[in-house]
This record gives sequence, C-alpha cells and structure tokens, in this order.
Amino acid sequence: MSSEIPEPVPPVSPMPHAPRPKSVGLHKGEPAPGVAKVDPIIVADGITRTFGGLTAVNVEHLEIPRNAITALIGPNGAGKTTLFNLLTGFDKPDTGSWTFDGKSLSNVPAYRVARMGQVRTFQLTKALGLLTVLENMKLGAKGQTGENFFQGLFPALWRKQDKEIEQKALDLLVKFKLDAKKDDFAASLSGGQRKLLEMARALMSDPVLVMLDEPMAGVNPALTQSLLDKILDLKDEGMTVLFVEHDMHMVRHIADWVIVMAEGQVVAEGPPLEVMQNPAVIDAYLGAHQEIDLGELTGRYTPEGKN
Amino acid sequence: MDLAQILSNSVAFIIAPATIAYALAAIGLSVQFGYAGLLNMGIAAYMAIGAYGYAISVLTFGFPWWGGVLVGIVGSVIFSLILGIPTLRLRGDYLAIVTIAAAEVLRLLFLTATFDSVTGSADGLSGYHNSFRAANPFPEGTYGFGPWEMSANGAWVTTIGVLLVAVSLLVVWALMRSPWGRVLKGIREDEDAVRALGKNVFSFKLQALVLGGVFGALGGVVYALPSSVNPGSYVTSLTFFVYTALLLGGAATVFGPVLGSILFWVLQTFLGNILPGLASIGVLPVSSSQASTLRFILVGVALMLIVIFRPQGILGNKKELTFVK
Repeated sequence: MSSEIPEPVPPVSPMPHAPRPKSVGLHKGEPAPGVAKVDPIIVADGITRTFGGLTAVNVEHLEIPRNAITALIGPNGAGKTTLFNLLTGFDKPDTGSWTFDGKSLSNVPAYRVARMGQVRTFQLTKALGLLTVLENMKLGAKGQTGENFFQGLFPALWRKQDKEIEQKALDLLVKFKLDAKKDDFAASLSGGQRKLLEMARALMSDPVLVMLDEPMAGVNPALTQSLLDKILDLKDEGMTVLFVEHDMHMVRHIADWVIVMAEGQVVAEGPPLEVMQNPAVIDAYLGAHQEIDLGELTGRYTPEGKN
Repeated sequence: MDLAQILSNSVAFIIAPATIAYALAAIGLSVQFGYAGLLNMGIAAYMAIGAYGYAISVLTFGFPWWGGVLVGIVGSVIFSLILGIPTLRLRGDYLAIVTIAAAEVLRLLFLTATFDSVTGSADGLSGYHNSFRAANPFPEGTYGFGPWEMSANGAWVTTIGVLLVAVSLLVVWALMRSPWGRVLKGIREDEDAVRALGKNVFSFKLQALVLGGVFGALGGVVYALPSSVNPGSYVTSLTFFVYTALLLGGAATVFGPVLGSILFWVLQTFLGNILPGLASIGVLPVSSSQASTLRFILVGVALMLIVIFRPQGILGNKKELTFVK
C-alpha cells in the first residue's frame, strides 16, 4: 500500500512477541530452479504427470529444505495441487522418483506416506461432517490399537491409549480455539473453523512434514493472523512446512523459501523477497501491479483519497 | 373381517423368523451403508448365499446344521472379497452397480436348471430340517402365549434367531464405539481425508463389507431355517425391503435395523390382511387380490417419505442426516 493512504488506526504490532527470524542459508550456490539444499527433506527428480494432452507437472529436480517454511506459488493451473497430490501419493506420476527423508516414495500409497510423517490438508477442506470435532481430532492420531478389528471389540485394550489421544486432542483444540466446539458436529463449523480443524487434525499424527493446500483461502483477517502464528509455531517445534498460497502478504511474512511454478514447471525459487523481484515471476504470476492498491487500478480510488 | 385376528396376526410378526432374518440383514446393511457408507445393493445375494449355503451343505454334503451355518458365513466372506477387491478402490456408486448386478447373477445361477441336482433350480430346496430339529432342546408342546404361541420347532428357530440378533447387536455396538468404528464413520464422510491421516481406507472398507455380509448371510440362514429355500425370495425387491426396514429404524444406529424390521413386518402383515378385508366389505373399490398388492405401493411411498422427511430414521440423531448430504 502506498504511504499516502491515510491510516485510520495506528498500526498494531501483528505479533504479541518478538518477530521470529527467517531461516537463511538453506541452499547451496545461486538460487535457481532445482537448486540443491543444505538439508533437503524431499528430493524429487524428473516428475511428470499428464492429463490427456496437458502436461500438468513437469519438474526436473526439486528439493524442499528441512525445518523451514516453503511456499509454493504460481498462477491457477500451474500444477501446484497436482504436485501436492503426487508428493503425497494421492496421484501417481507418469515418470519420476522422489524421496522423503531419504526413503523412496515411488508407488507408496497415500496412507503409508501419511504414516511416514508427511501429512497434508486439502484446498477444499475435508472436515468429517457427521463426526464431532473431537472425533475428527482423535481420528488423526497414528498407531491406534483400537483401530484393529478384533482389538476394537475389547475396550480394555484401547481405552488407556484413547484417553491419552483425547487429552492431546483437547490440548490442540485449545491452541486452535476450537475447544468450545468439541462436541459439535464438524458440519456445523464455519469455513474458517474447518480450516483450523483440518490443520489441528493433521497435527494429531505428530508429522515431520506438514503440507497445507491454501490454508488461508476463505479465512477472515483476524483468523489469518492466528493461523500464521500456528504455522510459525510448527517450524519452532521442528517440523517442515510446505504450503500453497495465493496471499502474497502471507508468503512474504512467513515463508523462508519460495518456489514458483508456472505451466507445470518450476520457474524460480529463492528467498521470498528476492523471488518477488524476479522479472520472470512478476511476468508469470504476480503481475506488475502487485504493490498498487486495487482501487488505483480500477480508477475508483486515488492515492489522494478523493474520488 | 375379523379385526382382532388381523391385529393378532400382525403383532405375531414382532418375533417371527422373517422379521429376525430382516433384522440380521438390516444390521449387516447398517454396518456397510449406515456406518461405512458402502452402498451395497446386493444384500439379497448375501441372504441367498446364507440360505443356499446352509441348505446345500446339509442336503448335498450331509453337514450338521451348524456346519451349514458356517458354510453360509464362509460363502458370504468369499463373495465380499470377490466383489470388494475390484470395486472398493472405485467411487462409491460403482459398488452399488456391481452389487446389484452380482446379486442378479447369483440368483440366476441358483435358478438355472443346469445345477438342478444341487440347487433344485426353480423348485428351491426343502427337507433339510432333520439335523437342526434333532438339536432342538425344547420338548414337544407349545410355547409362548397369545399371538406369539409357537411349536417346539418354532421356538427353537426363534431362540437361535434372537441369539444371533443379540450377538450381532453386541458386536456392532462394541465396534462402533471403538476407534475402528470411528475410522469407518470417517470413511463414510470423506475417504480421502481419512487416507490423508494414514488409514488404509481400502482395508477398512473391505472389513466392513465382509462383516456386514456375514450378518446378511446369517439373516439368510434364519430365513431358511423354518421352511424352505425358494429362489423367488432373493430378488432385488428383497434388497429394497431390507433397505426400507433399515432406513425406517435409522441407518447409522445400533437398534434401528431391529426396530425397522419389526415395524416393517408388522405393518406389512397388517396391511396385507386389512386391505383385502376392506376390499371385501366394499370400502376399497378394488378386488381383494389387487388390495393385497396395494401394500407394496404403500411400502414404496413409505420409503420415499422416510428419505425425504426423516432420512436419519426413527432412532437416528436429529442432527444426523445420513441419506442426504
């Protein structure tokens, strides 16, 4: 926003505590598409996926840095979600191989990928509507004895573990401010609350890598702030975050590393501020007017505040 | 028209073998459809497998009655695996198409004259009662009272049937409050979300199909126990009747299938008696035989009304609309 715009309220510090530093020095050599990382958690090679004649994803080499927040940006139809689906086993690539934590993920089904510690959320939230919020949460825990058919018949075998899981779920719900809703059906939650629930549920499995598909879409500004803090918390707790997002303020604010996709390919990557100056990225995605208020573009608002 | 007799006939169906058979089949469907969201449109085939498995193994292979029951159960498990392995990876609607077709294929196999020596083709099977009746602990005489008076054999069938229902209810109740049941309900809501949480969705769906199928086969056994096996019973409309009973009681409830089956049979019998009666005294402008088929029209209307106005069934949670989402 340009400085001439009158500010009705004094700027409030968005975070109650000291700003958390960004991770730097994640890469080796010059930032370029496919640059090697110091400590990659995901290494993908030669991944292609076509739908009929359309090449949705064509990634030669990609590394995701460990214990950092990586943003995946790009125009609609760039293949971001398809890449997400491929990395999490929800879709199979035509060619290519990729590893997670040094273990190959080729032909590993989605549920095994999740068990290895790589959980994801969905662009269109998938709250389990007719389960209560608490049940949604408890479903997220890994390695539950009671999920075996025969052991499930005998509560003595799983009750203790279930109590522990419930406590963990309640703690997370408090953190995500959903504890008052714990006995409501998830179907009764608002869109933003469902986003929170889905993220909290993903955390029930103690993931190593959290993949968020548009975590901020449809979330009101106040909630965005608390979600951002949650994502930064994940990194502090030692997790790696990879997210797809269109909100450039968010990307700039929390991402340590940005990967830009266009037409299925990685066209640029690097630290957020540098990537956003990259002419290729501006052409392909951001547009030349990203810093200008929308009102100025449409002519309905002038910097002088008169119209 | 003897109203007292009609009422007595109707309430007798509260514990009739047919009611128990429907209840077992509906419990099976509640696991598959109500909890796991698997649209199994072939429950009649499971009942046929139970009934034929029982009758054939007793008649052709000389098994004792309990051996026949086991054969019925094993048969249903094999059927579930054959149906489930190729189709459960696909979207839900395909299971409905495949199961309805498989049920017809199976019924026609039982009906064809090619296997007449084993299946009895169109005549069905009968006369397999010796082993079961020999095991009857009840001495000759009549049991029960009023509308529920029955012979020693009837009491034996009812006892076995009620025991099977009780055990099935216990199993379903225990499973659906366990984490296993939680995963199943999650799959019903959104299987991709459950997959993303590290659950082997395919395996859970197959387990639900097998478990529900076993209950369906037990229903078929109870259906066959008192009288005979008739291929005309296991038609697609049987599937819809069981669905009506299930939805009436509540698809995702433990006791709903039992309540629904009781209501279904009591009402069916009541209408089947009262409508011809009304026709014979001139209240209904149709013949008696037309009047008795009128009840099937009423069943269809009832099914539509349930699905539109109370999709969660009588026992279902008001907030829980299982059928419409």
